[in-house]
Amino acid sequence: MNPILTITKRELGGFFNSPVAYVFLVIFLLMTGAFTFFIGQFFDRAQANLQPFFMWHPWLYLFLVPAVGMRLWSEERRLGTLELLLTMPISPWQSITGKFIASWGFLILALSLTFPIWWTVNDLGSPDNGAIFTGYIGSALMAGGYLAITSMTSALTRNQVISFILSVVICLSLVLCGWPPVTDPLAAYFPNWIVEGVAAFSVMPHFDRLQQGVIDSRDLIYFISLIGFPLFATSVIIRSLRS
Amino acid sequence: MIKVENLSKTFGPKVAVNDVSFTVERGEILGFLGPNGAGKSTTMRMITGYIPPTAGVVKVGGNDVTEKPIEAKRLMGYLPESAPLYTDMTVEGFLGFCAEVRGIKGADKAKAIDRAIDMCFLKAVRHQSVDTLSKGFRHRTGFAQAIIHDPDILVMDEPTDGLDPNQKHEVRSLIRRMGQSKAIIFSTHILEEVEAACTRAIIIDQGKIVANGTPEELKAKSELANSYVASINGTEASAVRDGLGTVIQSAKVTIVTDKAPTVVARVFPKKAGADGELGQAIFAVAAQNNWKVNEIKKEEGRLDDVFRNITLSDNQVQ
Repeated sequence: MNPILTITKRELGGFFNSPVAYVFLVIFLLMTGAFTFFIGQFFDRAQANLQPFFMWHPWLYLFLVPAVGMRLWSEERRLGTLELLLTMPISPWQSITGKFIASWGFLILALSLTFPIWWTVNDLGSPDNGAIFTGYIGSALMAGGYLAITSMTSALTRNQVISFILSVVICLSLVLCGWPPVTDPLAAYFPNWIVEGVAAFSVMPHFDRLQQGVIDSRDLIYFISLIGFPLFATSVIIRSLRS
Repeated sequence: MIKVENLSKTFGPKVAVNDVSFTVERGEILGFLGPNGAGKSTTMRMITGYIPPTAGVVKVGGNDVTEKPIEAKRLMGYLPESAPLYTDMTVEGFLGFCAEVRGIKGADKAKAIDRAIDMCFLKAVRHQSVDTLSKGFRHRTGFAQAIIHDPDILVMDEPTDGLDPNQKHEVRSLIRRMGQSKAIIFSTHILEEVEAACTRAIIIDQGKIVANGTPEELKAKSELANSYVASINGTEASAVRDGLGTVIQSAKVTIVTDKAPTVVARVFPKKAGADGELGQAIFAVAAQNNWKVNEIKKEEGRLDDVFRNITLSDNQVQ
């Protein structure tokens, strides 16, 4: 078996052997439901789309994704198994990828369990299923980006709590950096290109376009780099840990 | 099989390993001795490719560990210090994972797990979760993980640490048995372990190799090696000293204890190799003086003396 898959299998086993996975799934589904129906006013809007469902994902993931990813590397460091893993005949990249795929797969599983909402909206009206599909793609990519950031912060420390807080802060800044209350004060002190540069890091416009059914290569490149760069940083951090 | 050339490692200003070179061939069991912080673990971590060396080369089965890490790691089994394990798995699950990562699948995997469990006496805890195991079982699970792929080369950092005397004995005899067909390096600070299991020992202190030889060779470095101890009843200490002083092969005579009626004296040889003659001469002097001899015995030399002499003298210089 490919070593990446072996690592993935072990990580997934770790999730489902403990109550963490089930607690997470239940809370994730309860919260997406509650946000969609009570705060998002899904029924009152009387519109056949999943906008009130997807709009909460950047915020929900803000806490739930770091909760899934915080143990990825910090636990290895705490237990000392990092030494075991890195002296096995596999490259650090394979470990990083295997662990990432396991957690991302788990998040995608959680996301796909929200299918009743898709079924509901189709039952009540005739929504644009293409836009719903790209919305799900965007949501999964965003979860992947948050997760890659958590993987990076997790490699930084052997303390899961620190890893959690760091990744929440980084992800929150990715959510907020394009928001007018943040960009307006910046515009007062900095030239426009800096403000636009900061705003360009924001996850929101890219996710919004995918929700509307627009597949733009720029959005895909954004999300791929949002996953790729922190994973690369993870490998750099792990290499520096060993010297 | 393992070739270490001019290996050095510095952590900032601290020199952990300083220009260490040695080789280990198949069939050899190399004991790695040294006080805490001498650089044993760091050296082993560089051999197994966990940390890169600052300078020097490690070759495992002809593969440079820095340049061809995967090939080199495939040949090795490694038991890190304090035997880290994934605590959320069962013993069987953990060993299965280690086998799979090393590319062992299907029926071979089941066989490898059975073999490792048998060799390390883990049958009783096979399906138990690792975090419920006692220290001895944890350590043996770590050991089982290191031998799961029947490696040609085995590197173990304090393999008997935390085991009870029976388990220590088992692990030592396991190492001895495996040493016939493998190249083994293990570190320890228990000296009897070196005598019990090693074909060769290296003493490392402050990052440098200070002694390298068979346990017998190392013991011969002891000041006491090849001296004779004579225990004699009913004779004055001074008389014993004077009498033994006439032995021409002896360099020095000391009185070890003088508790009437027994006097214990130690006779040091003038030169190594002539110890048979020294023994005969001591017997002759004792016979001449009609001493009541309880015991005359030759000292083999003690490893812990050698260890202390080598590793303490360096510290005192600084």
